[in-house]
Amino acid sequence: MFTVQSAPIDNVIRDREESLPRDQLEALQLTRLRDVVARVAHVPFYREAFELRGITPKSMRSLDDLRRLPFTTKDDLRRHHPLGFLTVPRDQLARIHGSSGTTGKPTFVAYTANDLQLWSDLCARFLIAGGLKPQHTVHVAFGYGLFTGGFGLHYGIENVGAAVVPAASGNTRRQIEIIQDLGSEVLICTPSYALTIAETARELGIDPRSLPLRFAHFGGEPWTEEMRQQIEADMDILAFNNYGLSEVIGPGVSGECALRDGMHIQEDHFIVECLDPDTLDPVPEGEEGELVITALTKEAMPLLRYRTRDIARLNREPCACGRATARMSRVTGRTDDMLIIRGVNVFPSQIEEALLRVEGTTPHYMIEVERPATLDQLTVRVEVLPELLSDRMDRMQRLRDRIGKEILTVAGIRASVELAAPRTLERFVGKARRVVDKRKPGQ
Amino acid sequence: MKLPQLSVFLENRPGSLMEPLKVLADANINLVSISLADTEQFGILRLVLKDWEFAKSVLEKDGWVVNVSDVVAVDVDDQPGGLAQMLGILAEAGINIEYMYAFALRRNVRAVLLFRFEDPDAAIEVLQKAGIGIVQEADMY
Repeated sequence: MFTVQSAPIDNVIRDREESLPRDQLEALQLTRLRDVVARVAHVPFYREAFELRGITPKSMRSLDDLRRLPFTTKDDLRRHHPLGFLTVPRDQLARIHGSSGTTGKPTFVAYTANDLQLWSDLCARFLIAGGLKPQHTVHVAFGYGLFTGGFGLHYGIENVGAAVVPAASGNTRRQIEIIQDLGSEVLICTPSYALTIAETARELGIDPRSLPLRFAHFGGEPWTEEMRQQIEADMDILAFNNYGLSEVIGPGVSGECALRDGMHIQEDHFIVECLDPDTLDPVPEGEEGELVITALTKEAMPLLRYRTRDIARLNREPCACGRATARMSRVTGRTDDMLIIRGVNVFPSQIEEALLRVEGTTPHYMIEVERPATLDQLTVRVEVLPELLSDRMDRMQRLRDRIGKEILTVAGIRASVELAAPRTLERFVGKARRVVDKRKPGQ
Repeated sequence: MKLPQLSVFLENRPGSLMEPLKVLADANINLVSISLADTEQFGILRLVLKDWEFAKSVLEKDGWVVNVSDVVAVDVDDQPGGLAQMLGILAEAGINIEYMYAFALRRNVRAVLLFRFEDPDAAIEVLQKAGIGIVQEADMY
């Protein structure tokens, strides 16, 4: 039990499945694996791979047979845009979310009504593990929209029976007022936005430690233990980490318990492998590797062996909290070039696509990400054709605005655009290094 | 009479104004007028000079992006209301001004205004009809 502002965080386990002994859990996983293999067998992408490899539900004799299943990548989702991975008829869908694609089009993920129920149950599990009680008021400062963060947590909180304040993102001063007025005890947002709230409060002459907040569940971007300590000291709260991604379900894949020693993976619904991204063999227990996740119970769009590109470590030792599920470490990196900027997933290829849409720009550009205070800042420097560098300021400002608007359209993020004269940006021999990430590693 | 003006694109970093000017100085090129338009992120250096074609080639050889545009040099009455009267004439004729800047003509110590018009030929016609003096190339350099 932890005591924060004399408020205890109890060790509560919501569902029996969370503390199943390992052998029972694995038996359940195997049954569900056979079931999902049967359900995806008519999805063209999987049907083809199954025929090639002689895979049938019955051929899944043990969990080791998981390794015979094909991987699914973001590119596969793009090739079957918009909803080529559906296992149910369209009329059974209850909601569609999306995440950044590697190009301008988002990757869509679909849910049946049962999937939405499952999702809210999974979010409720980690929220309860991290201290949420029906009497709490929860301030959600995640974006609501195609992004799974806002809605996922929203319904999880309702599921617990707590009161949700769907404040969404933006206007930090107003958010602080709302937290004060409603006496919200729990904060849900990205960890960097929590730092912004603390900083803005200080600017307003409010000690962030005096806010009614007692604990927080953070996700949506990688962060570090140092950042946790800073937020906890700045705001006098307990900060919990959770993990998820829209292709798998959204938030709810894993989350910390009261002991905060790794995030418990909801293994009755997901099988998580930790693989060497080059050989695709499992890494030795406890070492870093790419997380590859199979969704066992989702109805609308269960993906097999989805390559998350997230690097983390797994720990299968039972936890003192009573859960027997494997725990994952913080995400420490990516195996691709995806950037997470202010909680938004951004691929350099999206920036490139935006630039292609603006006449007069060249393929020479640089992307720089910084975090001068608490918020990430994206700068795109692009060489433009000499004829566009006119003597007229207004024309060049217009060009800059156009580029900024296209980046916002394609990548969903505001960028500061800098025009550069031809042949002034660095040229690369071989693989281009167009991205300079000046934020501390892992933050 | 239209005058060629060179525009040089400058990135906003220390030394970026000095560099092209040094290139011109090293080539022994003298400037008639200079003006700098700037934003937070970039600047445009505008130059009027006699050997503009030579200056352009010297700058381009050094890697600068140089643009040539036409400006009109107007000799404005040096008395209260002189400029306002002239701008009134242009406004009435519907002539658009992109930008303008002033410089001192060395020869007779007069203030000359350099205008970048959307349509310089139409502007010259209007100004000449109103009897407003336009500085000829020979008087500039």
